[in-house]
Amino acid sequence: MSQPTQVDPRGLRVVAGLTATVLALVLAIPSEPVRIVLLGVQVAVFAIAAFVSLGASPWALVFAKLVRPRIGPPSELEDARPPRFAQLVGLVFTSVALVSLLAGATTVALVATAFALVAALLNAVVGLCLGCEMYLALRRLTPAGP
Amino acid sequence: MTGPVLLGVALVATVAVALLMRWKNGRFSAAVADEDDDTVERLTAEQIGAPLGERATLVQFSSAFCSPCRATRVVLADVAASAPGVVTVDIDAESHLQLVRDLSVMRTPTVLVLDAEGAVTTRASGLPRREQVLAALDRATAERQ
Repeated sequence: MSQPTQVDPRGLRVVAGLTATVLALVLAIPSEPVRIVLLGVQVAVFAIAAFVSLGASPWALVFAKLVRPRIGPPSELEDARPPRFAQLVGLVFTSVALVSLLAGATTVALVATAFALVAALLNAVVGLCLGCEMYLALRRLTPAGP
Repeated sequence: MTGPVLLGVALVATVAVALLMRWKNGRFSAAVADEDDDTVERLTAEQIGAPLGERATLVQFSSAFCSPCRATRVVLADVAASAPGVVTVDIDAESHLQLVRDLSVMRTPTVLVLDAEGAVTTRASGLPRREQVLAALDRATAERQ
């Protein structure tokens, strides 16, 4: 799965599920050091997925090592570009959360985390890529060109 | 206290968005809502970069960051293959941003159903089911008979 143009859609669901779990814990555990560590881990995971490859993400490795051997090869593959873009969107939200938390703006941090959690849950549960849905709407805002 | 409350809000929001998307995807509605200029409601072969179908044209707007686009393309091609005089046209939204703005396309995939003259009869966003496309096509071709 290194440098993929095609990825296993079931892996994407598992990655989103693990991401959602981490983000839910950030909201649920009222301890600043724990929140900083969890957000730091998730920021790193998103950064690896967005800038290296989806397959290099630690959560994708969990899927590849623990889940995939038990469920066999996928019946179909998916284009890697939409989920990779979504990981970048996730990186932006969790980075804002982490920086806000370190700066003492706890409420801002938790709201940003909650947005990232909604996106991850939608991806895990119904396979919807919220970042991808927003892509064209954002792209439309760029200066009138072609 | 904020954390657990936001966790609850996030869970509710997730369910709400999931239900909204399920309702919205593939739902064909009335054509371009009364925009200020009516001229955009008719598309020409030149605008879509391909000849119009004899009876109808299914125009799909796609983008690179779009996982349901491929599945949508398959559904449209399948419908067109079984309906004589109907063709499909795939438009890359990012290289046609002006058209995207004129037609108020907000998401990919967005599917427009054009009649024989290129008038936009109906549209839907998200992955449509085959029956939804067939029903929309029936209406598009019936109106002009």
